[in-house]
Amino acid sequence: MPQLNLAQALNSAMDVMLGRDPDVLILGEDVGYFGGVFRCTDGLQRKYGARRVLDTPLSEGGIVGAALGMGVYGLRPVVEIQFADYAYPAFDQLASEAARLRYRSAGEFWAPLTVRTPYGGGIFGGQTHSQSPEALFTHVCGLKTVVPSNPYDAKGLLIAAIEDDDPIIFLEPKRLYAGPFDGHHEGAAVSWAGHPLSEVPDGHYTVPLGKAAVRREGRGVTVLAYGTMVHVALAAAEEAGVDAEVIDLRTLVPVDLEAIVASVEKTGRCVIVHEATRTGGYGAELAALVQEHCFYALEAPIARVTGWDTPYPYAFEWEYFPGPKRVAETLVRTMETRA
Amino acid sequence: MVEPLPLSLHIPEPRFRPGEKPDFSALRTSAPGEARRPPIDASPAEMRDLTDGLIRVLDADGRAVGPWDPHLEPERLRQGLRYMLLTRAYDERMMRSQRQGKTSFYIKSTGEEAVAVAQAMALDKGDMLFPTYRQQGLLIAREWPIFEMACQVYANAADRLKGRQLPVMYSAREAGFFTISGNLATQFVQAVGWAMASAYKGDTRIAAGWIGDGSTAEGDFHYALTFGAVYRAPVILNVVNNQWAISSFNGLAGGESATFASRAIGYGLPGLRVDGNDFLAVTAATQWAAERARGNLGATLIELVTYRAAAHSTSDDPSKYRPSDEANYWPLGDPIERLKDHLIAIRQWSPERHVQLTAEAEETVLAAVKQAEAIGVLGQGRRPDPSTMFDDVYKQMPWHLREQRREMGF
Repeated sequence: MPQLNLAQALNSAMDVMLGRDPDVLILGEDVGYFGGVFRCTDGLQRKYGARRVLDTPLSEGGIVGAALGMGVYGLRPVVEIQFADYAYPAFDQLASEAARLRYRSAGEFWAPLTVRTPYGGGIFGGQTHSQSPEALFTHVCGLKTVVPSNPYDAKGLLIAAIEDDDPIIFLEPKRLYAGPFDGHHEGAAVSWAGHPLSEVPDGHYTVPLGKAAVRREGRGVTVLAYGTMVHVALAAAEEAGVDAEVIDLRTLVPVDLEAIVASVEKTGRCVIVHEATRTGGYGAELAALVQEHCFYALEAPIARVTGWDTPYPYAFEWEYFPGPKRVAETLVRTMETRA
Repeated sequence: MVEPLPLSLHIPEPRFRPGEKPDFSALRTSAPGEARRPPIDASPAEMRDLTDGLIRVLDADGRAVGPWDPHLEPERLRQGLRYMLLTRAYDERMMRSQRQGKTSFYIKSTGEEAVAVAQAMALDKGDMLFPTYRQQGLLIAREWPIFEMACQVYANAADRLKGRQLPVMYSAREAGFFTISGNLATQFVQAVGWAMASAYKGDTRIAAGWIGDGSTAEGDFHYALTFGAVYRAPVILNVVNNQWAISSFNGLAGGESATFASRAIGYGLPGLRVDGNDFLAVTAATQWAAERARGNLGATLIELVTYRAAAHSTSDDPSKYRPSDEANYWPLGDPIERLKDHLIAIRQWSPERHVQLTAEAEETVLAAVKQAEAIGVLGQGRRPDPSTMFDDVYKQMPWHLREQRREMGF
């Protein structure tokens, strides 16, 4: 089985779907001839032509609005927004339009749109190349929000997203494109080579939307994570010597509540980690769900480890990023708390 | 030493406010028949004059003059007249319904009926329409049942949109009429995307989008013109310049210093400025743009110069911001009267037949609206099943919506 990094796995997913379905097309800035700034669409225009892998103007609102019209026609557009930080000009087309077409037309119109976009920090991108805006999308009913954490899932989730008839925000942890990242920035970068989840089958397969995965089993505390923070949480659990169960949510909406509840009822403790700012973040939704569904099983307060409520500061990336040290401290503190 | 000049800000103001005598002599017009009609494959650079003049066919005596005369059969003219009369009668009826408390909200298109009716008739049935909320004439000209429209306004049990949308935000897939958004301008670039998809598939259908003068200030207008030009999308982009966006005159959207049609120039698109109350001119310009789009020659921007004779909506009171008799001074007249006069001038119509057709239109509307009212109006009669309010958020209902539906008691 070929070993692929996360960017190559996404490329393989798009390759598979372009090959299977003539109504699938890719559009975005620099995605065609050049192959994308993160190389996710590398070679696809050469293989499928400029008509199917379409370079667009630098116009996120225009790209998403036009893609929506294509979806209404009956195509399955896969949009790349070059950085999640640039999605805001498209927000009206996503939140007011793509998300609501089916509802407001009582099922007459819909757009099976997949919007791929790199998000998160760890690459010294500063304020405008590091944000984690997932909560802005999870708050919008009608959108589904998906975040892979490894090459195998990235391919299977992206194929599932393209085949899905609802609009999907597909957030790609950019720090994971080339290799897993556990937050230890001081060491050399690690590649995906040798990682079991970099074994990516050829051809078509899906990872179902709305299903979480247990990345580490444990009985002491549940860690809810997604994207890069899955790897940070795994490292933190090892380093803290805590019997943590790490759940990779994979889909934020609709979230896999059953997996969350099963784990927290077993462990009685819950730590939520994400890179995004804390206030109003997706962790708040997770904390509310855990409280509503697992209150009587809880032995300690639910804790959050997140980015700070500041813009992403360029020179203070590692003070901002919720790295393994902060996660480990919170795991230990949560384990020491007795209700 | 010369003192530097203090900078000052220009705040656009409409020329006339309540109590003042309107005067539209500053409106840029051309004489009927004066504007030239370039071949459809003309280069946009060679037709910039058409963004500043005004394409007109009907003259003051009701005759069709000049190169833009579309030479329509009298039967088609009478059909257009009938659709415009139906649109006006429907607007009047639903306005009254709102005053009677049968609906909370309504939007009329009075004075600009030729835009939607002539354009719908100039396009093919399969062409896809991306309208604003003031193109109800598109549905009427595509013979979409008035009963269906009234049920939507009343949000009754027969409302195909299941009570989910504000009145007049119709959707009619079978009529090629895209679901209307209250977020203005979004449909403009969606129309371009639909047209791009049609070209991608080698289809023969084109798209048309509408936008108001006010919302040309939104980014979506720029997106639409950019994408339309870049990919030569088979789309007609229509700006309905009815002078007013609620209380904002079109100068606040940049209409003081340049026409909306002239926006096309910077994108390398052809722009046509058209008398929007001239049924024949609107038909001819739309046919020209459609032929161009079907010939893979790309998008056209059409500015339809008209006047919003009614309030913005039933929630608006225009006497607060413009002279209440301003419509009477509008130099391009009333689209229904002008087409009627033309038909009479060519001896294909009479005042008596017009009175009769007007009465018939009112009766047709009344019958359809009564039929809708028998099912229900807002707050009375049969309404859509509220348990359906959780449907169609997604194709399949996820667990959290099932849970909320249970919580609601369904």
